[in-house]
Amino acid sequence: MKSIIIGVLIAISSFSYSQNCNYIFLGEVKDFHDGTAIESATIHIKESDKYLISDLDGKFKIENLCSGTLTLTISHIGCETKTVSYSIENDVFKIISLEHHLEELNEVVVNSHLKTEGTSIEQTLNKADLEKYTDKSLGDALNSVSGVSSLNTGNTIVKPMIHGLHSSRLLIINNNVRMFDQEWGDEHAPNIDINASNKVEVIKGANTLKYGSDAIGGLILIQPKRYVARDSLFGSTMLSLNSNGRGGNVNSELIKTYKSGFYGRIQTSYKQFGDFEGPDYKLTNSGLKNINASARIGYRSFEKGFDAYYSVVSNELGILQASHIGNVNDLVTAINSRTPRVIEDFSYDIDYPKQNILHNLAKIEAYKRFKNFGKLSVQYDMQINRRKEYDLRRGDLANTPVIDLRLFTNSLQTNLNIDAIDNLKLDTGILVRYQQNDAISGTGVSPLIPDFEKYDASIYAIGNFDLNDSSELSAGARYDFTRINAEKLYNLTDWEETYNYDELFPQFETNTVENSKILTRPEFTFHNISANVGYSKQFNNDISLFVNYGLATRVPNPSELFSDGLHHSAARIETGLLTLNKEIANKFVASLERNNQNFGFSISPYFKHINDYIQLIPVGITTTIRGAFPVWEYNQINAQIFGVDIDVNKKITDKFNYKGSISLLKGENLTEDIPLIHMPSTNFTNSISYYNDELNQLSINLTHKTVLQQNEFPDYNFYTFNPILQEDVYVDISSTPPAYSLFSFNSSVSFKAFKTGSLKLELNVENLLNTKYNEYLNRQRYFADELGRNINLKIKINY
Amino acid sequence: MKNIKSIKAIKFLALLFVSSIAFVGCSSDDDHGDDHDHEEELITTVRYTLTNGTDVVILEFQDLDGEGGAEGTFDVSGPLTANTTYSGVIQLLNETESPADNITLEVEDEGDDHEFFYTPTISDITVSKDDLDEDGNPVGILTTLVTGGAGTGSLTIELIHEPTKPNDGTSINAGGSTDVEVTFSIEVQ
Repeated sequence: MKSIIIGVLIAISSFSYSQNCNYIFLGEVKDFHDGTAIESATIHIKESDKYLISDLDGKFKIENLCSGTLTLTISHIGCETKTVSYSIENDVFKIISLEHHLEELNEVVVNSHLKTEGTSIEQTLNKADLEKYTDKSLGDALNSVSGVSSLNTGNTIVKPMIHGLHSSRLLIINNNVRMFDQEWGDEHAPNIDINASNKVEVIKGANTLKYGSDAIGGLILIQPKRYVARDSLFGSTMLSLNSNGRGGNVNSELIKTYKSGFYGRIQTSYKQFGDFEGPDYKLTNSGLKNINASARIGYRSFEKGFDAYYSVVSNELGILQASHIGNVNDLVTAINSRTPRVIEDFSYDIDYPKQNILHNLAKIEAYKRFKNFGKLSVQYDMQINRRKEYDLRRGDLANTPVIDLRLFTNSLQTNLNIDAIDNLKLDTGILVRYQQNDAISGTGVSPLIPDFEKYDASIYAIGNFDLNDSSELSAGARYDFTRINAEKLYNLTDWEETYNYDELFPQFETNTVENSKILTRPEFTFHNISANVGYSKQFNNDISLFVNYGLATRVPNPSELFSDGLHHSAARIETGLLTLNKEIANKFVASLERNNQNFGFSISPYFKHINDYIQLIPVGITTTIRGAFPVWEYNQINAQIFGVDIDVNKKITDKFNYKGSISLLKGENLTEDIPLIHMPSTNFTNSISYYNDELNQLSINLTHKTVLQQNEFPDYNFYTFNPILQEDVYVDISSTPPAYSLFSFNSSVSFKAFKTGSLKLELNVENLLNTKYNEYLNRQRYFADELGRNINLKIKINY
Repeated sequence: MKNIKSIKAIKFLALLFVSSIAFVGCSSDDDHGDDHDHEEELITTVRYTLTNGTDVVILEFQDLDGEGGAEGTFDVSGPLTANTTYSGVIQLLNETESPADNITLEVEDEGDDHEFFYTPTISDITVSKDDLDEDGNPVGILTTLVTGGAGTGSLTIELIHEPTKPNDGTSINAGGSTDVEVTFSIEVQ
């Protein structure tokens, strides 16, 4: 407190004297919501470029003011920064109210100042960015970050992809819990309610060791908000309505905080859409229904605290009916016809095929700081993921899922942060994890993923050294032990002849053979080492340089090892291989950034070399009772992926801003000297925004995005004999769709509403020109166009 | 004292971890060791029986281990007689069950969602469908096959799920998704 007064005195005394400069300005900073005084708010006086701090009663005093304009910018943690202007002709007393908004500042800058680690290469989506995607998925939101794309199945199943890598090559950390939601399949999207999160960080660089050794693609960190310790109750409700799909989302959250440091938050959202529309037709059975809820309670002080979190995500996702096909000739028909084979009237019904997913996540974390030593945290977390996939089936099985899997994961981890030594911060921790997959019986088909148990144990240590005021070095290493015990029935022919497993893995065999199937118990043990080194340097002019190197190791996931079966939506049989080895990646990422509102940029080149990269590719054709099917098998090659992500922001005038980005990427299969499959093509965005604080914070934004045609793709096309036509037909599964450009429009205004709240209205239009297009990275590109125009209205009330 | 507290917390968390494993171990829908489902939906066998008095020709496709594994086998019992009218019956079986599951019955029940298509490459063979679904459209479980002159070629039998009904009689224009597609080499003499 004393220091604040001294600070105020110093600020005041440093004012320069001039004529008619005897006026006094008395200010009082108050909370907009409950009128309580806000202490320690920073007041910046524009005219003199001086700083003050409000006292315990929220008051501050500026003496010896000259007549003329006084412009003050008042900021405080957790509040919206406010700029006010007064014309000074005599002594003035003013009350200045600050709003502690739920969201953080709508920053124009490319990168957030607050990084997870000083040397980390990352990009951030804050609450305001995330709210734009309130009725979309995490993958859609991340798609707006340069270098991040997504692998889609239709428009509702969106898997994030960093630098062309997805699924188990990306770690998704939700509230400090690593998500395990059967993310291995291409058509399995992460089960995260974007409305429950406050900030999402995409870490492209190598600082991921704390969370795992296998972040070959990168890491997505979903962060909760930290609340200021004060007595308050606030919340918000947001309603979003859309023309396309005739649906929307409603989300509400309520937060209670106490001065003592306790806090609590509850949040719930409901989302429903009917059939979406392409520019020319309805996408029958593409609707969805989501119910999500989360709750958190905790206590925070400098010395100790705890945080308990629980969330449930329940998704029912319709899958385009036209994408259910019988055999490779149906696929050819679909590719050639360019319109879905089923187009019906609009409906909210979600029919088969569909996915039903329920994801429960619970965690409890506690920490304690020790004087002259550091901070110890302990966390236990648990997840239960139940995935049911329904297909079009006959008879009694019509309402029975074809896939019914339950994945249980729980882990216990500790982290010790030692900060007692000057210039050096050490993080070290251990983790134990147990995972069990249960293929629930009664589906009437042999499970795509068998029963398995997985045990993990890890230890890591990471050091951060401040080399000097402007540069930092970090280095870390991690060891992981993984053991997988599975139980699976194999076709005897496959086991003995096709894959020769009887000679390679005789130890997995049991003596049980029935119906030409053999019961096996595969067991695998892996030891992994991973490491990283990072360096950062700050220059003048807000410029900084980051360099990261990382060694990452990934154990093959259960789908790569064991999957075995027919995928209707792809008309292919997918087979895992027991002989797969772990993937080892060396990755280099650098970034040159200028963090400045007037002109900022980030240039981030990367290079990844991956040994034994596991990919799924077509290897041949098998004849079944349904006709011919291509067989896709997992195999391993050496791969390299390199490219660059560039972001630019420029202030054009006071009210106009420009933002642009471009991502270039090249993926190569070094073993066969061909391009890698499913690599994102070059894409770039341009966006012009207008913002006027005086006109109810009016914001207007026009964005353009172009995705070029991917010209580098492996040619896995083949011929198949069509017995009806009595001729060989060409199955073009590899060719990529042409380039496309999309425009979107966003606008918003905010009003003061009720006594203490605010109301925000948004009107957005996506795919403004109703462009008809297909995306290479959408598995349903053979069957239907992407979405047509959508008009979206959002209403948000803060209270 | 505070240290003891945090040690207690750690112990508590460890206890949680262990007990949750135990909890999962005995939860009710865990069905370890008992979930090797039989392939209930599997069609292992397509059998098309053509009868004219004592002249019986059977076309059979059999793939007992389903998709993947060993390839299926085609078996045609003999040549068809020229200028003859056969009555045909198709049967779809799952022979991994004992007794074999007759899938044709399911197709019959959902006749409005299914249709068999018979496509011969010998131009003077005609196949007509003798049964109707609830909407009065053909299903194709019962057929009449009429041969003309001698020749060799093939007969493709398809079962289409959710075809456009009624249609022009060809599978190419019927849409839907393919549940069965088998092609037999046939000879008329």
